[in-house]
Amino acid sequence: MTVYAEQLSCQELVELVTDYLEDALSEEETARFEAHIGGCDGCNVYLDQIRQTIAIVGGLSVDALTPEAESALLNAFRGWHSN
Amino acid sequence: MFRPFVTVGGVVSEAQLLESLRAGDEDAFRTLVREYQPSLVRVARIYVPTQAAAEDVAAETWLGVLNGLDRFEGRSSLRTWIFRILTNIAKTRAVRDGRTLPFSALQEPGRVPEAAVDADRFQDPEHPRWPGHWAVRPEAWPEDALLAAETREVIAEVIEALPATQRAVISLRDIEGWSSEEVRNALDLSETNQRVLLHRARSKVRAALESYLQENA
Repeated sequence: MTVYAEQLSCQELVELVTDYLEDALSEEETARFEAHIGGCDGCNVYLDQIRQTIAIVGGLSVDALTPEAESALLNAFRGWHSN
Repeated sequence: MFRPFVTVGGVVSEAQLLESLRAGDEDAFRTLVREYQPSLVRVARIYVPTQAAAEDVAAETWLGVLNGLDRFEGRSSLRTWIFRILTNIAKTRAVRDGRTLPFSALQEPGRVPEAAVDADRFQDPEHPRWPGHWAVRPEAWPEDALLAAETREVIAEVIEALPATQRAVISLRDIEGWSSEEVRNALDLSETNQRVLLHRARSKVRAALESYLQENA
């Protein structure tokens, strides 16, 4: 297992994953994070899963507007423009 | 940051779109509505209790947009302006309906701690050799199950079941691809709170995905 055990535990690391991906960690924190990831299979898989989660959520479709709702809005637009 | 709009006539800038709107171009309005309606409804859901009420708020927002269009001076982006109108309408409605606004959920999401992963997945923090290390490690996911249509449905349900603030943030960031700055502006969130909400939402979706894939392995 990891040689950086005493620096950052797995339980602490999972709470820093979003900060890490958002580039919100300090240089020192980033180094600690990456040192841990480099030596810990469990956390490596975890980080991968978060990345896979983001990718799969990104593939969800955006709810479309119903045709009725869209034509109601377009009617409002026509009304607005003719005023 | 300005993002171009894709209209029937091609890709246009925000300024061009505004000009077309003011000239009464229906395609321009349709473009705008299709682009923002889903996000408007999601954000409105933070303030009002039902999907129907959120759709009402979004519809009212469009009327507000039309009423204000001639006065819009472009000091903020069109998107920020539209979401400000939405937020005002949604808040007014929540007050009128006697609902307590979820201010604390937006302004202090970190007040109640929430673990990304259940504590029982880890060794005890007092463990002599491996404090806080994985007791039950995550297993790599099978690619084919991950990409199955059914898995996407499960994820959509999980997102739908999130608290409204988390649902709004993960939808805008990860489904619609907004930047953190765009989300912060639309929801009037601090940088930290935007990240806390995103973290919680993504962590929950991951956890739900993990248990779904395990059950169906």
